[in-house]
Amino acid sequence: MTAAIEVRAVEKRFGNVGIIRDLNLSVAQGERHAIIGPNGAGKSTTFNLISGHIKPTSGEVRLNGDVISGLRPFEINRRGLSRSFQVTNVFARMSVWENVRCAVLWATGHRYAFWKNVDSLSEVRERTAQILDDIHLTHRRDVPAGLLTYAEQRELEIGITIAGGATVVMLDEPTAGMSHAETERAVSLIRRLTEGKTLVIVEHDMSVVFGLADRISVLVYGHIIASGTPEEIRRDPKVKEAYLGEEAH
Amino acid sequence: MNAKMTSTPTSKIVDTTVGDGLRFYGIWLAGIAVLIVLPLIFSSGGSLTSFSLIGIAIVFALSYNILLGQTGLLSFGHAVHYGLGGFAACHMMNAVVSHGWPIPLPFIPLFGGLGGLAFALVIGWVMTKRAGTVFSMISLGIAELVASSSLILRSVFGGESGISTDRTSLPKILGLSFGPQLQVYYLIAFWLVISAIAMYALTRTPLGRISNAVRDNPERVQFIGYDPHVVRYIAFCFAGFFAGVAGGLAAINFEIANAAYLGAIQSGLVLFSTFIGGVAFFFGPILGAILVTYLQLGLTSVTGVWQLYFGIIFIGIVMLSPGGIAGLIMMHRPLVRAGTLPTVIPSYLLAAVPTLALACGVILTIESIARTHSGQGSPINLFGVAFSPASPVTWASAAILVAGGFFVARLSWRRVGEAWDRATTIARDRGYLA
Repeated sequence: MTAAIEVRAVEKRFGNVGIIRDLNLSVAQGERHAIIGPNGAGKSTTFNLISGHIKPTSGEVRLNGDVISGLRPFEINRRGLSRSFQVTNVFARMSVWENVRCAVLWATGHRYAFWKNVDSLSEVRERTAQILDDIHLTHRRDVPAGLLTYAEQRELEIGITIAGGATVVMLDEPTAGMSHAETERAVSLIRRLTEGKTLVIVEHDMSVVFGLADRISVLVYGHIIASGTPEEIRRDPKVKEAYLGEEAH
Repeated sequence: MNAKMTSTPTSKIVDTTVGDGLRFYGIWLAGIAVLIVLPLIFSSGGSLTSFSLIGIAIVFALSYNILLGQTGLLSFGHAVHYGLGGFAACHMMNAVVSHGWPIPLPFIPLFGGLGGLAFALVIGWVMTKRAGTVFSMISLGIAELVASSSLILRSVFGGESGISTDRTSLPKILGLSFGPQLQVYYLIAFWLVISAIAMYALTRTPLGRISNAVRDNPERVQFIGYDPHVVRYIAFCFAGFFAGVAGGLAAINFEIANAAYLGAIQSGLVLFSTFIGGVAFFFGPILGAILVTYLQLGLTSVTGVWQLYFGIIFIGIVMLSPGGIAGLIMMHRPLVRAGTLPTVIPSYLLAAVPTLALACGVILTIESIARTHSGQGSPINLFGVAFSPASPVTWASAAILVAGGFFVARLSWRRVGEAWDRATTIARDRGYLA
């Protein structure tokens, strides 16, 4: 079976500075894959490279076997890859309902239509209502997204990401800045909403990573030093040295 | 329990849609009724001309808001489409007359629209590649380019004198000659209704919704499958079309199209109208177009420095109410729903007195200076009281009104703020405010 995401020898340089060097990563279909690493290791850059936000200097990225490196973000999204952002990135002046509905429109085939009444598209309406229900924001549907609480915005961010029905979902630090209770809620939300999908997640909270991921890759200075099951990663001496430190606890 | 939980919000949604739907159609029908009745109440030639100009300005401002309010594109050259629409309409009218085509006058604005659209189709792809400052600067450049070409390409634009036409020579429809201003007014009103409905409907389509998303966050739009460039381009073409319709209506109204149609002043005026009215609501530009056209017609006859007042109003709105008039009105909606509006009205009335005094002081100051310097020295007529611009009494009253008005206005507006806080707290408690 072809891998959902296959990153081969990808390099990203900004001028003379190599941010990502010889990056190789393989995520199998249906796998929950976590990318961890110290600050500045290039985790968000890796996300940006895969999702088309920035183009690799060299190397290639494949989605379900097709080369996607060099394509633009919306072209990659249309092929079934969707991502969230570390810094909340919603449509601030639009209501929660509108936010999710916009994310549903392309996938339901309405594209740039200017001859259809958006309110009368029953499939769009049902799917939007379903997603609002899933992310527990139905009671906030008419509130402008910019007025939501931080945790609610993070949930909306996830909702927008999964709304298009992408089969590969990439979440960039979905629980960053959340309290313990909010994190638990978010994790169960993610677990439920990505059922049967491929998930790539960047996360700092190790309890989230080890609780959620089937496989983990450790990124240090733009290079993956280890990739394996949580158990393998925990035992890997290179990881201990480079990332987990001197067994502080 | 679970089924009940999920069914409750749905039924509530249906209820509000039906209620809102009735009110929605009510507003539109009321608007159409006003357009029909207006010339029957105010039937003088002057008011008919004013209403016609206001109608054209509304179509133009609504088309501008497709760019500014809906898609977040600040254009400094929207009059290009208006002007080209006007020229297209004039050429079409002349062609219809000389070739004897069976096209009556009411169809001419459509050709104006096609003129505006054609230019948008050609130039739009490059222009909408980027939003923000880049788009604004390119729009300014294109506007200058077209405005200067209009004086060079004499066969198309008629040079200084423009292209004139005769609307009454076109084939008659329903026995209407469109000679009398009343018939032209109804023609404009008809196209105003059609265009307003079409532009409103556009906001309710997938494209319209995504335009809003592009306005708010073009980066994120790319990650839900949309190319923001394409969205901006299509929105730009629609804006160009309806600006062209407005230009076509103007060509019919004045029976001429000239370089002034597509110049910077016209572009500035539509930006001004739309912004003062309020870009965040569909009806905002309508209010703005009415007010600005009315002021333009009214102020020019009472003062020589009417542009100065435009500037002051514009700065005032931008600084004090960035949402425009529509924003000010809609701010009160939660209070109306919560029933706390009456608690703020007294503070408004109280604040209105010193604010009015301040405004009178400013007007006296401006007019004294302007009239003394222009050497006319004609008396300033303020609410029936005549002030001599050269008299120290006038200067003293101006100074007292400005200083005293400002001081008391500050105090009284603070009380408005307090009343507002109380009213919104109650509205929030009652769940009418997020």
